Amino acid sequence: MYDPARLLQMFVAVAFLLTATTAISGDAARGKRVFSKCAGCHQIGEGAKNKVGPHLNGVFDRKAGSVDGFPYSKSMRRAASGGLVWHADSLNAYIENPRVLISGTRMSFRGLKSAQDRDDVLAYLRDFSDKPSDIPEADPTAQQTDHAVDPAILAIQGDPEYGQYLSGECTTCHQVSGGDQGIPSITLWPEDIFVTAMQAYKNKTRAHPVMQLIAGRLSDEEIAALAAYFRDLED
Amino acid sequence: MKLNRRKFLGTATATAASLSASMVMATGHGKPKVVVIGGGAGGATAARYIAKDSKGAIDVTLIEPTRTYYTCFFSNLYIGGFRDMASLGHSYGTLAAEYGINVVHDWAVGVDRDAKTVSLAGGGSMPYDKLILSPGIDFVDGAVPGWDLSSQNKMPHAYKAGSQTELLRAQVLAMPQGGTYAMVAPPNPFRCPPGPYERVSMVAHLLKETNPTAKIIIADPKAKFSKQALFQEGWADHYDGMIDWVGEDFGGGNVVVDPHAMTLSIDGEVTNVDVCNVIPAMKAGRIAEIAGVTDGNWAPVNAADMSSKADGDIYVLGDASSQGDMPKSGFSANSQAKVCANAVRGALTGSKVFPAKFSNTCWSLIDTNDGVKVGATYEATAEKIAKVDGFISKTGEEAAVREATYTESVGWYAGITADMFG
Repeated sequence: MYDPARLLQMFVAVAFLLTATTAISGDAARGKRVFSKCAGCHQIGEGAKNKVGPHLNGVFDRKAGSVDGFPYSKSMRRAASGGLVWHADSLNAYIENPRVLISGTRMSFRGLKSAQDRDDVLAYLRDFSDKPSDIPEADPTAQQTDHAVDPAILAIQGDPEYGQYLSGECTTCHQVSGGDQGIPSITLWPEDIFVTAMQAYKNKTRAHPVMQLIAGRLSDEEIAALAAYFRDLED
Repeated sequence: MKLNRRKFLGTATATAASLSASMVMATGHGKPKVVVIGGGAGGATAARYIAKDSKGAIDVTLIEPTRTYYTCFFSNLYIGGFRDMASLGHSYGTLAAEYGINVVHDWAVGVDRDAKTVSLAGGGSMPYDKLILSPGIDFVDGAVPGWDLSSQNKMPHAYKAGSQTELLRAQVLAMPQGGTYAMVAPPNPFRCPPGPYERVSMVAHLLKETNPTAKIIIADPKAKFSKQALFQEGWADHYDGMIDWVGEDFGGGNVVVDPHAMTLSIDGEVTNVDVCNVIPAMKAGRIAEIAGVTDGNWAPVNAADMSSKADGDIYVLGDASSQGDMPKSGFSANSQAKVCANAVRGALTGSKVFPAKFSNTCWSLIDTNDGVKVGATYEATAEKIAKVDGFISKTGEEAAVREATYTESVGWYAGITADMFG
């Protein structure tokens, strides 16, 4: 059933990811192998056509639900009219667990749990969308780094044991498993991204009242410790 | 931080402004030597930054055949009547006189990578420790059936600024009333992705004033192009019904031209045309191929410092390089030149080398005071120069925003040319 509040929550989740984990750092060659899980339904490359799923040429920077002639689910059309556009962030969220992003999607796929698999397959897909060298406004291929963080803070070596102790405050909301139902996953993040995000909450340049509160009372060393802990966390 | 003018005038009067080729001699003293081939947005900037920041510790030679350099960027504005040709011309006098750069007006015709020398068309050779190639583009032979360089006077490319640009404007002005201007657009990748479409806008602007019933046809081998929505909106607003873009889907890539009959065939349909602006497929300027640093049409480089993947003592800048996500533009070349200059100085004098940061913005003019832009920032990854973030003008923007964008582009022109030529 269509629930505007839930949909909004999902978009907030995507917006979170958008500022934190955009990355196409994957290995396209490996991604091609991962894509074998998708290829039963989706074609890509020269002459690709719609099959069970829409073709995936030019998927980056494409409005959701907009391939000519493909019969999309109602849910996908709603998400599209709500402004969903496929970028690295939204695609990453979608292929991690399609039904979390689009509850009524007809894409019967359990999702790719491995962040590496998702990175790799996104790198593969990216090669079939516009190149920024030809179309400068095409989607980025790199991750945005926030250079505002003092390199001295980024250089702090965190103590993962201390981080584990402190993490109790985080795992009340953020699932250790990496599950992502309305509150984004924070496990296995690269340390610099983790620290950058937390510092942005701490100095209130990133908006979220709860996170500003939590981050505001953590020292630089404590943030580094949490980053070190979540970097290697296995569930 | 400019060098003391008197110092160079005092010691280098004989070689100052434009050393002729016959006077070039290898000198024996011990300063490291950088030779730069090509005096455009990449080469002039690199030469100037290395000379300026090394404060005389590096001998810099700039090899560029033309005495006056006409910028390709803004040359469309000359066609539209917004700039005169003189305002696009720049001399190398300041680089020679104020920065002590040895400006050699000659063609580089050979590179001996073992002996580390560059040979010149006029005879003589220049030794180097580091060689920077910034030769821009040449055209791929046979790219447009029926066209070759011998036809460029009948069917100009006008994609290297100067006489070709003047010729194209003169041809547009000489079109019969209600005549047809055709453009054969190039395939990717090519210099200045929005360039052909800004040119069409400028031709349309000129025709609207002088020949309002004229038509414009673009035969394009591509399915889409940069700023397409912005251009097509602008064409509908300003030049309604004048411009017909035939993309890949409608056979725009299947063209044959006949420069004698002045016809253009698109997907088998032959049209008589009055002007035919053929912009062929491009490749790195030929000296890059002669130097043996190309792979296919372009010269692959390492993103961190623009060094050639084939030779660590050679760097390739701008259009000629294959670097990843940056478009081939003057802004890109200028940006890459500063990263390269920093790395070259570091390698030769031990100065501090900072991490590479690149950026680009391309402005285009659609009609009077209707400017649009696209820009991005880039970083060096192990694999390539990768796009990090970007922006593009929106369709439906207010006139004041577009006017401010155009004004900004005029300021940029003044800025980048000062950055290149001093």
